[in-house]
Amino acid sequence: MSIAPIVRSIQVKASPARAFDLFATRMTEWWPRGRTLAKSPHAAIILEPREGGKWGERDAAGNEMRWGKVLAWEPPARLLLGWQINCDWGYDPDLLTEVELTFAPAEGGGTLVTLEHRNLERFGADAARHAEKLGAGWPERLAEFARYADGRA
Amino acid sequence: MTNTYRPLDSLAALGDPTRRAIFERVAARPSSVGELARGLPVSRPAVSQHLRVLKAAGLVGETPEGTRRIYRLDPRGIAAMRDWLDAQWSQALAAFKDFADQETNDEQTKEETPE
Repeated sequence: MSIAPIVRSIQVKASPARAFDLFATRMTEWWPRGRTLAKSPHAAIILEPREGGKWGERDAAGNEMRWGKVLAWEPPARLLLGWQINCDWGYDPDLLTEVELTFAPAEGGGTLVTLEHRNLERFGADAARHAEKLGAGWPERLAEFARYADGRA
Repeated sequence: MTNTYRPLDSLAALGDPTRRAIFERVAARPSSVGELARGLPVSRPAVSQHLRVLKAAGLVGETPEGTRRIYRLDPRGIAAMRDWLDAQWSQALAAFKDFADQETNDEQTKEETPE
């Protein structure tokens, strides 16, 4: 079963090549403040300009939080990103959902920027994996508790 | 009874290995009880019982298809994540447009007024 992807479009005045460049290489400047995932506000958004490059945020103290990776870097028309944030808002390298951006010429020299976030059904499989991890952690927690309780008996 | 999505219920429902196997099969492909029971070392009544728990947790939904009931992933749990992402991307794109258009206006102004 698949879940409908999120599709959003906006038109900007810049040419496709310029729009791609502004989107991909200056994310730090335009990403809305306070709309990121880490606990402290971001000082920079990292998007390495190559296939396999990392995507994430860095705070003022230098702590990085990964969001995902670059799957395809194809200026001026297309940028494919992997969003790897799970249902607990944490980075999970085993989860991969695709965010595709296309930059198409629009009338008047502008660009139609379309974003599609797909594979959303994978968050369901991710929930199953979470449960597995939770299950694996419990015997350890109980053993720790037993040692702690025994030590105080 | 209202059947709202609660993440913790969902995780607890997936704690049982057989139930998790059933959930993973349903997530991979909508299936009937018979189809699910065939691939697993448990009886059909046991599969039905696990499906009831998964349904109560909001993970699995059913639709009638002829004389059979087909079980599939319930999108409500995922819908919460989808809503959040939808809002996030809307804001991000709106912010990008403001930024990109401002940059373009600045460039045009420079071109129109040479030093």
